[in-house]
Amino acid sequence: MANRINRDQVQHVAGLAKLEFTDAQLDAFTPQLDDIIGLFETLSEVDTDGVEATNNVSDQLNVMREDVADNWGQSQALLKNAPDAARGFIKVPAIIDESEDN
Amino acid sequence: MNYFKQDLASLHADLVAKKLSAKELTQATFDNIKATDPKIDAFLALNEDAALDQAAKVDAAGIKEDQSLAGIPVAIKDNIVTKDLTTTAASKILTNFNPLYDATVTTKLADAQMITVGKTNMDEFAMGGSTETSAFKQTKNAWDQAKVPGGSSGGSAAAVASGQVVAALGTDTGGSIRQPAAFNGVVGMKPTYGRVSRWGLIAFGSSLDQIGPLTRGVKDNATILSAISGHDEHDLTSSTQAVPDFAKDLNDATSVKGLRIGLPKEFLAEGVDEDVKNAILAAADTYRKLGATVDEVSLPHNKYGVAAYYIIASSEASSNLQRFDGIRYGYRAQDVKNLEDVYVKSRSEGFGDEVKRRIMLGTFSLSAGFYDAYFLKAARVRTVIINDFKAVLKDHDFIMGPVAPTPAFDLGAEIKDPITMYMNDILTIPVNLAGLPGLSLPAGFSNNLPVGMQLIGRPFDESTLYKAGYAFEQSTDFHLQVPTLGGQN
Repeated sequence: MANRINRDQVQHVAGLAKLEFTDAQLDAFTPQLDDIIGLFETLSEVDTDGVEATNNVSDQLNVMREDVADNWGQSQALLKNAPDAARGFIKVPAIIDESEDN
Repeated sequence: MNYFKQDLASLHADLVAKKLSAKELTQATFDNIKATDPKIDAFLALNEDAALDQAAKVDAAGIKEDQSLAGIPVAIKDNIVTKDLTTTAASKILTNFNPLYDATVTTKLADAQMITVGKTNMDEFAMGGSTETSAFKQTKNAWDQAKVPGGSSGGSAAAVASGQVVAALGTDTGGSIRQPAAFNGVVGMKPTYGRVSRWGLIAFGSSLDQIGPLTRGVKDNATILSAISGHDEHDLTSSTQAVPDFAKDLNDATSVKGLRIGLPKEFLAEGVDEDVKNAILAAADTYRKLGATVDEVSLPHNKYGVAAYYIIASSEASSNLQRFDGIRYGYRAQDVKNLEDVYVKSRSEGFGDEVKRRIMLGTFSLSAGFYDAYFLKAARVRTVIINDFKAVLKDHDFIMGPVAPTPAFDLGAEIKDPITMYMNDILTIPVNLAGLPGLSLPAGFSNNLPVGMQLIGRPFDESTLYKAGYAFEQSTDFHLQVPTLGGQN
């Protein structure tokens, strides 16, 4: 069944996307993604030789403006949405895994 | 009070004449929501205290005749940020997120003195067609609570259809305004890409997303679209095209006489329910009787829209959703040892399955070795689909067809089968790929469930769609029928 994408590739893509899956989730996701990629492959029936790609349908092109710094004065309010903050900074865990530091 | 017999113009007249105050209307809206939401589950958050305060201020200032939306309550889909009002996009990863600013559309509605009453439920990050991927609750169809409300703007559509509120905003990336509007028997507009600023819309597919109104009637919809449209320096894809007063020409003289309408044969092909097909054929006859011509036309690449869309939308989503990393806002996983863990575990615990599926599909389509075969191919097929529309719209004023292949389906029926769910969008997705305006309006019933019709227009020609929708509404009574919720109507 899984001939377009296999479990290892799904795990590789998950790593790129900063997601992780349990074995049971991988079992469920791999055939689903494989089916959907099968649907994607029907696009090969369309002749697109010499056809430009469309990435945007806006009628505005390359609108330029000055890069002006603006002080919103909301840094304290912004921190209220942070999961962890102290002394006006967002707190995060150590970047280096301390359990490996021996 | 219930507003099933009133449109925005008649509520406005009552407000100006002081037969009704904005505060009374707002209170009635909360009363309606509280009476029916235990059955419908349309709302994720209510804004009761602030809304009643604002309504009192509007009353104190007095409502003048040219302030057509002043004092009118409105519901906002939960992927549109509202200052100090919790905004989650129905995702656990944004639980308790309180925006520091208003989206451009909510600022514009506030400038028009509309009253924001609350935030409506949706599929998580607008990814879904049934509102079943919401992390928080399951919204039900206003007509039958065993059926889905459609999605992703299912909360907005069900809230309007059940008479909780007279108007709501939704968002549409692949049909998310039009399909729930159809499933609930209300009017929904996906405007031309660029018509409405996306600033403050939590991005899903940035080249596809548009915000638009859901209302009970066409004229109400037109009034609100005029209020939210226009260029915005914060969204450089928003158009500098002038914004017409869309409702101005909707009156007894509105006519479709002499218009040429295209009915694509692909829109009535296999897989489209018999009742849906018959409703559209009957609508074509109505337009003929009103003096328009309806020709069979072809959009030969329509069937490739779903595949192209799920590559493009998922790719854009995988990029847009990188910002959810557990650092600055939203959900952060506990028991983490290092920074990488914060990213991976916060995202894996915070996103639901459908969102993860889309991120995976997008990451795959953009990854080294697959980009040309998937993303680039889809972007080229998008051009082919756009050219199909251009060819038809060159000598037709608009295109008509169904919104969805079937009426609302049973809750739980399709959620386990992504491809079946994705194929539901086959008639709405191409319109987003091409950036065209699409209007969904009631056109019939199938076993007591509403059937919707879709009108697709030329870029920035929402006016023709509203006129054609209004003319249809004047000659039919589908829009006047309302669901019965516990006998209160």
